[in-house]
Amino acid sequence: MAANEAELKSLMVKALEGESLAYRALLDVMSRYLRAFFRVKLLGQGRSATEAEDLVQEVLLAIHTRRHTFDPDKPFTPWMHAIARYKLIDYLRRTRGAYADVPLDEVIDLAVDVDTGQAESGHDLQKLMKSLPEKMQRAIQYVKIDGLSVAEAAKRTSTSESAIKVNIHRGLKALAATVAREEKS
Amino acid sequence: MKTDDLIKMLSTNVEPTDRSKISRELAGVVLFGAATSITIALLTTGLRSDLENAHILYFLLLKFAFAGMVVSFGVFYLSRLSRPGGEKMRSPLWATAPLVAFLAIAALALIAAPVMHLRTMVMGTEWLECLISIPVIAVVPFAAVVWFLRRMAPTDLVRAGGVAGVVAGGMSAMGYALHCTDDSLPFIAVWYGGAIVLCALAGAVLGPKLLRW
Repeated sequence: MAANEAELKSLMVKALEGESLAYRALLDVMSRYLRAFFRVKLLGQGRSATEAEDLVQEVLLAIHTRRHTFDPDKPFTPWMHAIARYKLIDYLRRTRGAYADVPLDEVIDLAVDVDTGQAESGHDLQKLMKSLPEKMQRAIQYVKIDGLSVAEAAKRTSTSESAIKVNIHRGLKALAATVAREEKS
Repeated sequence: MKTDDLIKMLSTNVEPTDRSKISRELAGVVLFGAATSITIALLTTGLRSDLENAHILYFLLLKFAFAGMVVSFGVFYLSRLSRPGGEKMRSPLWATAPLVAFLAIAALALIAAPVMHLRTMVMGTEWLECLISIPVIAVVPFAAVVWFLRRMAPTDLVRAGGVAGVVAGGMSAMGYALHCTDDSLPFIAVWYGGAIVLCALAGAVLGPKLLRW
């Protein structure tokens, strides 16, 4: 693997402290690994690159909404691998029963070529957002998409800052759950 | 949706995470589970009426100690299992250490006992009540443990569910101990242990359904 454990871990530690730039860099690196990993696993079984990208995005969302489960006293890569592997197995199980027996040893090996294609999934963000309650939609739109601060978003929606934070958190969790259920179910 | 757009969205204004929140939640679940088990047991089965006897108090404490050991080993293991890849860190056999230790002590007690007492020591008088009450009381603490696990990210759902059952069963045994009048080591090992194993099996079956994320 090109990027090493120490680099990824230090990005993750900064991300958990709320550093957006470090987090963005981490997500970038991870998305490349995940893309290469899922393409190897899925294309060989006659699945499409779009499906692989669906899974990349599902894992990124899962990592985001469950990032608090990373223990900074432990290495980062096994944590990421475990999520990628869990989501792959879950995906294969729910998309086709016949794939229920995935040989785990093959799945574990993440060391594949880094792939940097312009990648797009089958998910429609607009549609996903519309499935959320309105206050969650607005909180995510203002803070996570338009880039307003939490304080500004609170003022615009005349709610409290903590309400904005809660709505972002719940909204992204709901998005992650929808993405994990809608793929070819 | 382009992955770059998703990355941009997720990383914009990212909130710092609260490191101590997990342990606070887990501690809350343990306290809640133990308190509700004791309350439910007292309300349904009731407190045993012979507690002024020192010998009986000793057995009550012994049952508490056994259940407490099961809960603490389980909680420790669960705190690993609740995180991605946590199942790789320890063997599942490790979680059964309190039960195995207690079975060994109970076996010694049986060897030392007169043969005519063996049956009473193992079967007690209320073994069926014990075997039913502990899993039933465990339902509420189990729900609390599942609530916690669903906020985490276990990647081995069978094992996480099973250990959640052990923890809930251990909490429930603490409550039931206040009622139970069968005072012998082999009884505790076999029937308390058996009831907790039942909880573990139920948890392992339910795990993949309840904990999927």
